[in-house]
Amino acid sequence: MIVADRKPLNEILEMVKDYKKILLVGCKGCVTVCNVGGAKEVGILGSILRIARAKEGNPLEVDEKTLERQCDPEYVSQIKDLVDDYDAIVSMACGVGPQFLSERYPHKKVYPAVNTTFFGGAVQHGVWAERCAGCGTCIIHYFDGLCPIARCSKSLLNGPCGGSAGGKCEVSKDIECIWDMIVRKKMEQGRLQDLLEIKPPKDWTTARDGGPRKSVREELII
Amino acid sequence: MRLNYPPNVKIIQVPCSGRVDIIHLLRAIEDGADGVYVAGCLEGECHFMTGNLKAKKRVQYVKKVLEQIGIEPDRVEMFNLSSGEGPRFAEIAREMVERIKNLGPSPIKLKKAA
Repeated sequence: MIVADRKPLNEILEMVKDYKKILLVGCKGCVTVCNVGGAKEVGILGSILRIARAKEGNPLEVDEKTLERQCDPEYVSQIKDLVDDYDAIVSMACGVGPQFLSERYPHKKVYPAVNTTFFGGAVQHGVWAERCAGCGTCIIHYFDGLCPIARCSKSLLNGPCGGSAGGKCEVSKDIECIWDMIVRKKMEQGRLQDLLEIKPPKDWTTARDGGPRKSVREELII
Repeated sequence: MRLNYPPNVKIIQVPCSGRVDIIHLLRAIEDGADGVYVAGCLEGECHFMTGNLKAKKRVQYVKKVLEQIGIEPDRVEMFNLSSGEGPRFAEIAREMVERIKNLGPSPIKLKKAA
């Protein structure tokens, strides 16, 4: 899923400081699963914003709405009869949401309430970790299910580097050296010789280096 | 036991303190409560294993949020006591009411009234 973190409260309060009535829009997709922008979090942020502004004697009316997804135009359109009642829209979806809302409602100012961080999964309840870099050409099978593009600080294809020590990356003690894990797994599985094959430089044009990407599926276009 | 405790404490019963969510505490503050506290079972004695520990983390979260928006975090608290400790329940109620009286009325209630 796409993982995000809620922006600091002072940043959100600053965004809405000139407004009296806002629509806070959540998303039932990835941000619900990573507990950042679903109906529950929309309720919590809405309440916090109302409390903060009531305390200042400058009440803010916050209405809450959580869409099925903010990355599909048909769901974004579901609030078309509501948006004109508000001074601004605050989206709790990933970075896709505020953009789809802005495209659909160009006359409205749309603000993001979350920082979109990475593609990852829940390694334990309340902890998410990056697992995919969306590079556009998956090579996980060469590394026995461990992606060095997403999980090596340098995205090395032929590792580890000299910064690996005790299974940790030199960038931070909190980062496990994925190359240490790859080598150990290859040893456990008796396939260490796989690593003798030098991986040539990756074609990064399928990643962000090739510019913004688009996926076209002719069989689905109506 | 017919114990006395301050009448301004409004009790909301829940099956376990683990049922108390962040939004419940926030709504109380938003609606003008001067303070709100959770009375959970003693740590390690939850019938549902971790209900009171979850409540504790949620109370801590709300305290942090209140601090960030300039409201005294002491208006929200978590207490642990066993269901057999009636006198302690009354004592906690008095303790919390005393604390809130020292802090004064909720700034939200004051602004709403103004």
